[in-house]
Amino acid sequence: MNLWNRMMCFCRRKSPWLFHMNSGSCNGCDIELVASLSPRYDAEQLGIRLEGSPRHADILCITGPVTKNSVNAIKTVYCQVCGPKAVVAIGSCPATTNVFIDSRTLAGPLNKHIPVDVFVPGCPPRPDAIIQGVAKAAEILAERSAAQSAVPAVQEPECAEAIAAESGEVHS
Amino acid sequence: MNLTTALARLLIFPGLLFAVPAAWFFLWVERKSVAMMQGRIGPPFMQPTLDFVKLLGKSTPSRMGIEGWLMRAWPLIAVSSAAGAVALLPVLPSSGGFEGDLILLLALLELPSVCIIAAGFTSRSIFGEIGSAREAALAVAYNVVFLLAVVSIAAAQHTFRLDALAQMPNTPLRWLGIAAMLVCLPAKLHINPFSLPNAEQEIYSGPMVEYAGPELAMWELSHGLEWVTATGLVAALVAPHVPMVWLAGPVFVALSFAIVLLLSVLAAATARLAIDTSVRFYWQCTLIFAVLAISSALILRMRT
Repeated sequence: MNLWNRMMCFCRRKSPWLFHMNSGSCNGCDIELVASLSPRYDAEQLGIRLEGSPRHADILCITGPVTKNSVNAIKTVYCQVCGPKAVVAIGSCPATTNVFIDSRTLAGPLNKHIPVDVFVPGCPPRPDAIIQGVAKAAEILAERSAAQSAVPAVQEPECAEAIAAESGEVHS
Repeated sequence: MNLTTALARLLIFPGLLFAVPAAWFFLWVERKSVAMMQGRIGPPFMQPTLDFVKLLGKSTPSRMGIEGWLMRAWPLIAVSSAAGAVALLPVLPSSGGFEGDLILLLALLELPSVCIIAAGFTSRSIFGEIGSAREAALAVAYNVVFLLAVVSIAAAQHTFRLDALAQMPNTPLRWLGIAAMLVCLPAKLHINPFSLPNAEQEIYSGPMVEYAGPELAMWELSHGLEWVTATGLVAALVAPHVPMVWLAGPVFVALSFAIVLLLSVLAAATARLAIDTSVRFYWQCTLIFAVLAISSALILRMRT
């Protein structure tokens, strides 16, 4: 690995920007995610920044059990995040659909729809667990960037499908 | 005009070699001081640099045709005009080289804001368009005050030449003009309480919503350079006249740093205002001071 790549890996590990997405969560995990940025936990020490737009983000944080309504939105937002990217599923809901299991309004768990890199279990997980999960995802991001060429080829068909589904929904 | 001096000013001090690290440093100072005032530890020292390098290595969404070209062009124009504005600052007294005047400096200072407005509309995102509309309304509001303040200083000094303006005598008029300029800086730099064009939670960071990767890195850099230019302009006007050339640089940097800290305190202490309140603030509250400054400058000029 040359010097530029090594520096890029270092920067990716040190500067994870998050985009937070709610897929039908009860708001418990969302509050804990915001709490991790508060003075007590201060995630900004690790360079973590909550961004407004998925285009700016490196790490997509998804909370909630993935309702049927939110599936297309999740796929669209996942495709809007520019590579290299990682996904963190926050809470037990996106991992297992939790207490909502077998509900007819759900299409979860999350990894049926997009590849998930880190699961942070808990209902809700503590802010320090969330920060640890994000730090882990940033490590994965840095490792993945070393072998960058393989990633976009895997993701593109999914993205095309998601964008087609989205535009179909708009027209109908 | 000496070409070597002009290039040295553009590329070394106060140009790119100084301005780019200073831009990252000021961005870090702003984030760190806001964090410390909120009882947090805040980002590590190199954070804006790390963010910049990371953004350079990210992919960008593919865009076709003229839209793609424009989306790539706006941040580059913004960065180059901000860097040009830094190079024009009258830091070193009578150093020769290209001496642009105040009008060129103000034009270069305004160009990043125009690029942001254009970028929001080019992105065709509804959030980008709302952000651009807000930026345009805010620019109309604060620029009247800002330009009146600058013109009052220029009118009192009978010149548009920058090095003559920097050596202005210590009159109450000068401080009135500088105070009016300081009031406009938060809006120019999009920090609280006037951060509404790039509001993160309301409109998904406004004009920047569709930008990613290296293009976003250029916007971050242009924002940092705007910090250096805007604080540097006030610092150059505030700076006392020092006879030693080697001392002029450190005095300029120290004053810029103090202004950055002042703006950070304001940003940490306030919340975002709505657009109508912001516009009303500039048109109703601060316009009086600017009008006072320019009218007294003109009256003084008539008497002499």
